[in-house]
Amino acid sequence: MSIANKFFVPATAVAAAMMLLAAPARAQQKSVAVTAIVEHPALDSVRDGVKDALKQAGFEAGKNLKWQYQSAQGNNGTAAQIARKFVGDRPDVIVAIATPSAQAVVAATKTVPVVYSAVTDPVAAQLVSSMNPTGGNITGVSDLLALDKQIDLIQQVVPAAKRVGMVYSPGEANSVVVVKEIKELLAKRGMTLVEAAAPRTIDVASAARSLVGKVDVIYTNTDNNVVSAYEALVKVGNDAKIPLVASDTDSVKRGAVAALGISYHDLGMQTGRIVVRILKGEAPGTIASETSSRLELHVNPTAAARQGVVLSSALMGSAAHVVK
Amino acid sequence: MSLFSLFGALEIGLIFSLVALGVFISFRLLRFPDLTVDGSFPLGGAVAAVLISRGLDPFSATAIATAAGAGAGLVTGWLHVRLRIMDLLASILMMIALYSVNLRIMGKPNVPLITESTVFTVLQPDWLSDYLARPALLAIVVLAAKLLLDAFFATETGLAIRATGSNPRMARAQGVATGAMILCGMAVSNALVALAGALFAQTQGGADISMGIGTIVIGLAAVIVGESILPSRRLVMLTLAVILGALAYRFFIALALNSDFIGLQAQDLNLVTAVLVTMALVVPQFKRRWFGRKAR
Repeated sequence: MSIANKFFVPATAVAAAMMLLAAPARAQQKSVAVTAIVEHPALDSVRDGVKDALKQAGFEAGKNLKWQYQSAQGNNGTAAQIARKFVGDRPDVIVAIATPSAQAVVAATKTVPVVYSAVTDPVAAQLVSSMNPTGGNITGVSDLLALDKQIDLIQQVVPAAKRVGMVYSPGEANSVVVVKEIKELLAKRGMTLVEAAAPRTIDVASAARSLVGKVDVIYTNTDNNVVSAYEALVKVGNDAKIPLVASDTDSVKRGAVAALGISYHDLGMQTGRIVVRILKGEAPGTIASETSSRLELHVNPTAAARQGVVLSSALMGSAAHVVK
Repeated sequence: MSLFSLFGALEIGLIFSLVALGVFISFRLLRFPDLTVDGSFPLGGAVAAVLISRGLDPFSATAIATAAGAGAGLVTGWLHVRLRIMDLLASILMMIALYSVNLRIMGKPNVPLITESTVFTVLQPDWLSDYLARPALLAIVVLAAKLLLDAFFATETGLAIRATGSNPRMARAQGVATGAMILCGMAVSNALVALAGALFAQTQGGADISMGIGTIVIGLAAVIVGESILPSRRLVMLTLAVILGALAYRFFIALALNSDFIGLQAQDLNLVTAVLVTMALVVPQFKRRWFGRKAR
């Protein structure tokens, strides 16, 4: 055994012992552990919504609630390790945001209550067997959008639209589901979908440019890559005068013409209310999975002018928020 | 740190020690900078997950996934040896291509295995809870892989592969078919990585297209940390060092996840991991230097 090894082993042992000592004594207070696959405006809003809902119900972090949050920073191996850590900490509820984090947590425990959030298709992801109460330890909130209403919005923004462009990441489960469904729905209305794949964030701009001249409007779902690089899309939309319709309301501030979307903060609040029910003694197995019912229309007249469309007064009137 | 968290780190560390062994073969023994790993890890996961969800038994699925990894390694090797594409670029091309191939195999970006039977659910004895059973089974797999590799690299072919890596011109002069040796080494290396991917998908509830991101970085870090904690020139010790390196790396992440009490936050995780790994690399040097001066 080398000198290096002689030092390394005791050093890590001491560090481990320190961590064991530092583990907080479990008090009477409730504990909630939250994890997300990556930092991202929508997912962060969900987390903050959960925190706000807990506060409304009288559970305040740092006072009578032990709150911990970990992001896997985009790495599935780390997501798995966070899942193990949380299960080992035995919190009263684990909140898992987005599909990969939720799957890692669900694979790690059959006993600790788990509330998933911002998962588009929890049944396909095998988190729950159905949207009804499952009798197990898992429930949560899905962020599935009714796509019919999305197409209605596209037609309201660009009444003459025939060809709808869509930039999305082929590696994202949520987006692939949306693309497949919207293609069928558009066909029913005599419209077509033109796809542009952006496997990475830096591909968003070139994918959007590939749509110039081929589409009347660009629609985007809540794709993580696209939402992260939305400004790249806005630049193409402004330069080529193609109106942009988004499905997360935050993108309207960033330059989309309109979006009919879930407020992810509300989605987080809804998730938080389920967490509160479990903290107050309800079993997760008796709580049905939910979808978000509250949709908000956000519009941006400045972006509309830049991208060459005029928003109808009806559309302006029904908007919950008009970006100045 | 809870026991559960510790065993979680052990379990994932054992899986990544298979990646580290694969990376050790390509980078160290063959001196082939192989980034295919970022694609062959999810390839293993994808093949295993799709086959299991179609109803194949998990053992055959894992075996086929491992073979698929060997295939990916062979293609990278072939691009380099036959088409004379620079080694690093050949592996980058293969890594990029595998992203699309993996999406094709899975048909969608995420194939869940939460409700399916896996090698772990089948082999887990009733009296042992899963957080202990999984690392125990993985330890057996990793030990077997280590011993098989040790034996393989002592055979004539294995020695020829090592000779090809350390001095290709000399090896060729001795009558070694260096091209074939590169292909063989790459196949073994990526087979190990794909096996790790298949096992990872089965412990973590499914395969996801993003599961390969950063695999090569973790594999390389494990190799280098391992060589630093257990420096040796003997292959038997080196394979052990690489396994220890992968375990240590995961242990550092577990420590970083538990560092919130000193005011660190979630976004600091990668930084803390980097600092801990740096310490593991640098501290032995200082120690050596310090002892060296004292002796004089």
